[in-house]
Amino acid sequence: MALPERKQSDTDARLAAMTLPEGGCLAEARKAALSRVQTMGLPNRRDEYWKYTRPDTLVQADAPTAAVFDAGEAPMFDEFDRLKVVFVDGVFDAEASDDLSLEGISIERIADICDKDIHWAKDLYGVLEARGQTPVARPLAALNTAFAQDGVVIRVTGTPSKPVNLVYRHGSDSSDAILHHVVRVESGASATILENGPAASRFNKCMEVDVADGGALHLVRAQGRDHERRAATHLFARLGTESVFKAFTLTVNGVLTRNEAVIELTGDDAVAHIAGACVGDGDFHHDDTVFITHDAVNCESRQVFKKVLRNGATGVFQGKILVKEGAQKTDGYQISQSLLLDDDSQFLAKPELEIYADDVACSHGSTSGAIDEEGLFYLRSRGVPTDVAADLLTLAFLAEAVEEIEDDEIAAALVARLEGWLARRR
Amino acid sequence: MLEIKNLHVKLEEEDKQILKGVNLTVEAGKVHAIMGPNGSGKSTLSYVLSGRDGYEVTDGEATLAGEDILEMEPEERAAAGIFLAFQYPVEIPGVGNMTFLRTAVNAQRKARGEEELSASDFLKDVRAKAKTLKIDAEMLKRPVNVGFSGGEKKRNEILQMAMLEPKMCILDETDSGLDVDAMKLVSEGVNALRDEGRGFLVITHYQRLLDHIKPDVVHIMADGRIIKTGGPELALEVENNGYADILAEEGV
Ligand SMILES: Nc1ncnc2c1ncn2[C@@H]1O[C@H](COP(=O)(O)OP(=O)(O)OP(=O)(O)O)[C@@H](O)[C@H]1O
Ligand SMILES: [Mg+2]
Repeated sequence: MALPERKQSDTDARLAAMTLPEGGCLAEARKAALSRVQTMGLPNRRDEYWKYTRPDTLVQADAPTAAVFDAGEAPMFDEFDRLKVVFVDGVFDAEASDDLSLEGISIERIADICDKDIHWAKDLYGVLEARGQTPVARPLAALNTAFAQDGVVIRVTGTPSKPVNLVYRHGSDSSDAILHHVVRVESGASATILENGPAASRFNKCMEVDVADGGALHLVRAQGRDHERRAATHLFARLGTESVFKAFTLTVNGVLTRNEAVIELTGDDAVAHIAGACVGDGDFHHDDTVFITHDAVNCESRQVFKKVLRNGATGVFQGKILVKEGAQKTDGYQISQSLLLDDDSQFLAKPELEIYADDVACSHGSTSGAIDEEGLFYLRSRGVPTDVAADLLTLAFLAEAVEEIEDDEIAAALVARLEGWLARRR
Repeated sequence: MLEIKNLHVKLEEEDKQILKGVNLTVEAGKVHAIMGPNGSGKSTLSYVLSGRDGYEVTDGEATLAGEDILEMEPEERAAAGIFLAFQYPVEIPGVGNMTFLRTAVNAQRKARGEEELSASDFLKDVRAKAKTLKIDAEMLKRPVNVGFSGGEKKRNEILQMAMLEPKMCILDETDSGLDVDAMKLVSEGVNALRDEGRGFLVITHYQRLLDHIKPDVVHIMADGRIIKTGGPELALEVENNGYADILAEEGV
């Protein structure tokens, strides 16, 4: 079927500006992804899935510039013992990175596996992304698979002694980065991956995660503070029997962020938690779009998203739980809430449930509200100054999302950043 | 300590006058009780003194140790020494009781130019005071008032009062919802704070509380005014005969 004229010309314009990287063993996957892009066309504002977020600047051939912002504070996770993998404007920086060898985990650059004929990542690269294209198209993810400049493939075979930290530095005002990572957690293995940084002026990131039976992966991400940066990220996860996958994202600033997560629970007794806390100001636009499919028995999924918006900021949440036929004993929970610190800010939410099994417990809720005046007065009546009281209530609002982070020290580090953000706005 | 003169208060949003000329002086070291029919304006008085939004003072004044408090923000009044034990303590999900107490104590100390309490001094102090009020460690960790029973909330109010050591303690129906034992605990908590430098204004409907916290002065409030003032015997009279006679006598 032909694409609408406008979509066709926008898609053509973007594709004309790009060249398919030398693929080696990933060549087939890249070509297939390119043909997905051509079939689907890149998103535009007429698409239902992009009703609340304008994709133009994510799609157009030239990335809008974004000033590199000097936050004047140590990068997130600096105080933790971790294995650092650094990308500057979407390109791996060996100098700045640690030695990639660590017991229980293997980390390789995509560029280094391309010349191999056989590689485990070949069975995953673009595979989960392709699966995630139905029932809703995610053309920017297919674009990523086709054109990703860099990225790593990570295989967890044991229990590494420290987390892997993917650090995304923003170096140039006009950078346009596409990164693609593949993570495979083998049966019984477990690891934590940390991600942080603004990455580039425009960032398209895709991560495919395959967790085998009994495996566990924790993912904690802090998207950088650069005000003008734009990001479209996709997370595709497939979970085996009794596996666990937990992801948390902190977003502070950024003019446009669209974080999509597509999670498939394919083995019985699997657990998937995905959470996010974001705080934004002014022209901040933040979109969490989540699609969770339950396709096995007795699985649990939780979505907890909290947004603090002020000064005209916009928050978007589109979250769906699909329970397939036979996915009995599903426990699905979804909450999305916004705290609007003034009347100019807005929260747009579309929570959805689609259930084809009869023995399930699913709930969803979405709210939007201001600071609780009663609570504020109570605190003030005890001597707590208004701004401190308001910050306490704001952090309390975010707490349910932050509590989703398993590691208390990491959670505390993120809370400190949130406190900093609030304090700077007093 | 607390001096209220000819205080007139209306609702900000509505044309409704609630306090119609309240005169009241609570001396340091004394306990004053206020009784009065439902809707007579007792809670309103306590809210206006602590600085809650929604009320407009149309006439009169209120001073604490000579300082005009009506112009102050609620937190400034707290630092100056006003404390209100709420009739309906507020639940604050997500804020731990301990964090709340510590933030409040240190904010007041800071406002008064005093040094903040160290974590360990604070902890010692809270634990000791919580123990006398039979508040266990688990309750201290929970979010402020969330899931607390009515009686637990009231005990938590008294714990805050004990920690903040205010000059002027206003208790709005702290006895409501308390069982007999809790009433004793709370009263002991209040009595322990009785001190030459501290004034108390105890709002209650029942003599029972005043058996434990012996008032020096009892006021009857009706229709936004103090209509009668007397000694402890006035509370007994209300207990036995209700308000009808007093109201008739005072022409309300
Ligand atoms: N915010 C408000 N909006 C509307 N009416 C109010 C408000 N605050 C107080 N009032 C009214 O003012 C009057 C006095 O209320 P207040 O709560 O002060 O009474 P009270 O003496 O404490 O009563 P009770 O013994 O029942 O606690 C009542 O008629 C009440 O309905
Ligand atoms: Mg009352």
